[in-house]
Amino acid sequence: MGMFILKRLGVMALTALGLTLIVFYMTNLYPNLEKLAKTQGNFRMSETEVSTWLNNRGYTRPLLVKYGEWLGVLPGYVIEGTDGEVRARCAPQGQSVEDAPEYCGVFQGGWGYSSVFKEPASDIMWKRLSLTGFLMLCALLLTIPVALLIGILAGMREGSKTDRTLSTFSIVTSATPEYVSGVVLIAIFASSAVGLKWFKGSATKAMESPDFENFTLPVLTIALFSIGYIARMTRASMTEVMTAQYIRTARLKGVSFGNIVLKHALRNALIAPFTVIILQIPYLLTGVVITETLFNYKGFGWLLVQAAGNNDIDMLLGVSVVSVIIVLATQLISDIGYVYLNPRIRIS
Amino acid sequence: MARDDNYDGPILEIENLSISFMTRLFEIPAVMDFSCTVMPGEAMGLVGESGCGKSTVALAVMMDLGKNGHVVGGSMRFKGRELTTMSNEELRELRGSEIAMIYQEPMASLNPAMKIGRQLMEVPMIHEGKSKEEAYQMALEVVSDVKLPDPARILDSYPHQISGGQQQRIVIAMALMSKPSLLILDEPTTALDVTVEAGIVDLVKGLGEKYGTSMLFISHNLGLVLDTCDRLCVMYSGEAVETGSIEDVFDKMRHPYTQALFRSIPLPGADKNARPLVAIPGNFPLPHERPNGCNFGPRCDYFEEGRCDAGDIKMGPIEGDQRHDSRCLKFTEIDWAEPIQASQDVEDVVLGEVVLKVDDLKKYYSVSGSAFGGGEGKTVKANETLSFEARESETLAIVGESGCGKSTLAKVLMGLETASDGSVVLNGVDVEDVAIEDRTVETVSQVQMVFQNPFDTLNPSMSVGNQIIRALEIFKIGNSHADREKRMLELLDLVKLPRTFATRMPRQLSGGQKQRVGIARAFAGDAQIVVADEPVSALDVSVQAAVTDLLMEIQRETKMTLLFISHDLSIVRYLSDRVMVMYLGHVVEMGPTEKVFAPPYHPYTEALLSAVPIADTSIEKQRIVLEGDIPSAMNPPSGCPFQTRCRWKTDVPGVLCDKEVPPMRTLSNGHQIKCHLAQDVLDRMEPVIKVSEDA
Repeated sequence: MGMFILKRLGVMALTALGLTLIVFYMTNLYPNLEKLAKTQGNFRMSETEVSTWLNNRGYTRPLLVKYGEWLGVLPGYVIEGTDGEVRARCAPQGQSVEDAPEYCGVFQGGWGYSSVFKEPASDIMWKRLSLTGFLMLCALLLTIPVALLIGILAGMREGSKTDRTLSTFSIVTSATPEYVSGVVLIAIFASSAVGLKWFKGSATKAMESPDFENFTLPVLTIALFSIGYIARMTRASMTEVMTAQYIRTARLKGVSFGNIVLKHALRNALIAPFTVIILQIPYLLTGVVITETLFNYKGFGWLLVQAAGNNDIDMLLGVSVVSVIIVLATQLISDIGYVYLNPRIRIS
Repeated sequence: MARDDNYDGPILEIENLSISFMTRLFEIPAVMDFSCTVMPGEAMGLVGESGCGKSTVALAVMMDLGKNGHVVGGSMRFKGRELTTMSNEELRELRGSEIAMIYQEPMASLNPAMKIGRQLMEVPMIHEGKSKEEAYQMALEVVSDVKLPDPARILDSYPHQISGGQQQRIVIAMALMSKPSLLILDEPTTALDVTVEAGIVDLVKGLGEKYGTSMLFISHNLGLVLDTCDRLCVMYSGEAVETGSIEDVFDKMRHPYTQALFRSIPLPGADKNARPLVAIPGNFPLPHERPNGCNFGPRCDYFEEGRCDAGDIKMGPIEGDQRHDSRCLKFTEIDWAEPIQASQDVEDVVLGEVVLKVDDLKKYYSVSGSAFGGGEGKTVKANETLSFEARESETLAIVGESGCGKSTLAKVLMGLETASDGSVVLNGVDVEDVAIEDRTVETVSQVQMVFQNPFDTLNPSMSVGNQIIRALEIFKIGNSHADREKRMLELLDLVKLPRTFATRMPRQLSGGQKQRVGIARAFAGDAQIVVADEPVSALDVSVQAAVTDLLMEIQRETKMTLLFISHDLSIVRYLSDRVMVMYLGHVVEMGPTEKVFAPPYHPYTEALLSAVPIADTSIEKQRIVLEGDIPSAMNPPSGCPFQTRCRWKTDVPGVLCDKEVPPMRTLSNGHQIKCHLAQDVLDRMEPVIKVSEDA
């Protein structure tokens, strides 16, 4: 077990390293740097001005050196620019160069400085990640019980009226993209079109003080889509389990239908959806961007879009590392959980 | 409702029961006009081929026919109470408490995600309102009743953690938890090895006597029914065709199907010359293609047009016998004592050159330890020092139970695995290290395989002809498509399938026909060595004989070497020239068939022989039931592999069996055994199977 987790952590580190290197290479392509220079400096800069700006800030040095600095295995640059100002990687605006530490990479806990938000990258990431995390958590808390309930109720008697009704519901919701269901929900519950006006169509306020009124619709929009998907999976797994021979054994032992479902079928039927639910988490992390935009909720997805649009190098690298960690961690959880749910499985 | 333990009438009375399955298009009758009575303490056998409706009867008694199944006529009374009109609540009270069932596949019928203890305790908790502690005590007791070691540990394990035989004992224990009046056993040992089967049969018989439980024993194996039952009912295509006491039906059968069934099964006491097999011609009718009148008519030797196909035939009593009935119009006219006609005289084959020589072959696998891949890696010794030769036109049978390494050996011969050590010489070429993808087309076409399950080995979306042509293309036979097509048709002739079958799809064929296609494909490249891995065990009894005969006939024509892998000693006795008995990767005995089947035996062969159920009342056998399970190949016992279960171990002085693997020694003329027993002990052994004098 310990070995297994250690191995997975190793894989995680390697993947993060590989991915950041790719992101680093892409963001450091010259056209991207030029764009960076122009957005940071001045849109009317000439070519020579751009290269001077980049030279003064160390952007034109070899890729691996820059990557090493970001990682913290090479000392950060100290460059005396053509304009006479001395700039150091480890001394952001306002700090004196003399006080700056020699190394300031990821290994030292430094995630760099966002060129868009003018703040340390890690601060922004945490803020946005926690906002999205809260949205995700609420959505999952709604999705999982509802989806499992629907899936199990539909799957325990295949072909019954309950099954058909619930299956239709889950097909419809999983076939409706968030940007459609979100708009529909806003129209029904927040606009004067229907006039219900129960909730707010914007979740901007929910960033500081989430409450029932401003947070329901975004959560519902995300949950609806996932509910349909997970419910379909659960139903398929449940119908299969209900035809298994051990269910017949239980029936012919005289176990009542309710107990057959709860005691015999449930655990076996949950094995397959469990993986789907866990894998839903990394999807939600980036998939919420549409919902976030729709309800003006500035979370992790929004951050990613901003960073990518402005070639915010440090920000993008940080976001990549966080994504890798979340994807692989959820996979690790799903593998371990799988072993506990299904006593027959061994991982090798 | 309280249990009526003082009831003394018949436990189960089924009268003219008819069951149909309703599909969207039409109604499929599965069981028609079925009657039987089970008295208290009586064991009733229900015998027939797959699809004859015997399992449907079993499920009907439980009233668990699914959504589509309906009782469309007749009645079923359990202790005088009508089952067909009971409510769900009433049925639930009966199920598991008064009527219990034991299933064919123990692994599938136990909940994989629930500990065994909980599954057992559930029964008394539901039916008798027992507390958890009481239920646990009862479970402990029953588990030791079914002779499982260390009951507490077993109750705390999951089903996959115990062996197949142990699982079946658990299923039996579960059925016995509430001491039912009627026990339904649906092919309870079909999925198990013979020696394990023998143990289970003994157990069921003993428990039946101890608790006085009535039994409905469903099986396709006549020998097993002889061993366990008092009465028997033979079913064919949804109808009972003959019913009576075991002695009456076995010795004085009065239905042509029963007779044909007996003639198509090999007995381990006889070889192909002493008692030829007679296959039943034709195929089992599908439920919607049943003929008019007698269902068996089209396949019956005594068929009379205008009479047998005129109208429905009722069961009729046989005069002079008690409760012995037959569904045949002509049973008084047929001469039942007429001896079997051998279909043709079989010449003894002349053995040719050695084509396959295996010397000191070893195959080890390594596997990892704990649930998350850590821990010590272990080695599975699948094959240990195998040495044998096979000659042209020879049939070498490889016998052993699951896990003995016989399939691994087949894989190594085919090149699906490469040997860890030793040599395999095929027509003078070393092939032990050559995987199948590196073998020449010639070598590949020389060694071919016939698989156990014909249902899975044919591509379902390719016609029969094309599958054979594909094999011909791979073996580079024929220059043009027309050439190959001609050869394909010849191959169909060889396996006695009509040429029109070339355009059929596999789903349109019956199991026996599919197996014939499999055989045709194996012979596409004029195979010299055919490895047949349990080629008939998935087929029905009446078809087995035909396929077996076909293999032997092709062998006479093509002079191929047949390596016949089987666990069925009866069929091995019937067709093989030499037998190799394997246990835990070792060859424990090898020699000419008649020598292996006669004393002196290797102790394992002796147990194996005694475990085979034989469908003949004139045969007496010694009952040797092996204790415990086959040890794991991951952790084999020290010394002799069989020492943990050997009943002769005490006859070997000292601790020789624990310490040393016995050397292979030659007894006489090619008969070798791997055993420490001294010659005088071996000479004392008595034959396991004896034909009694008065037969």
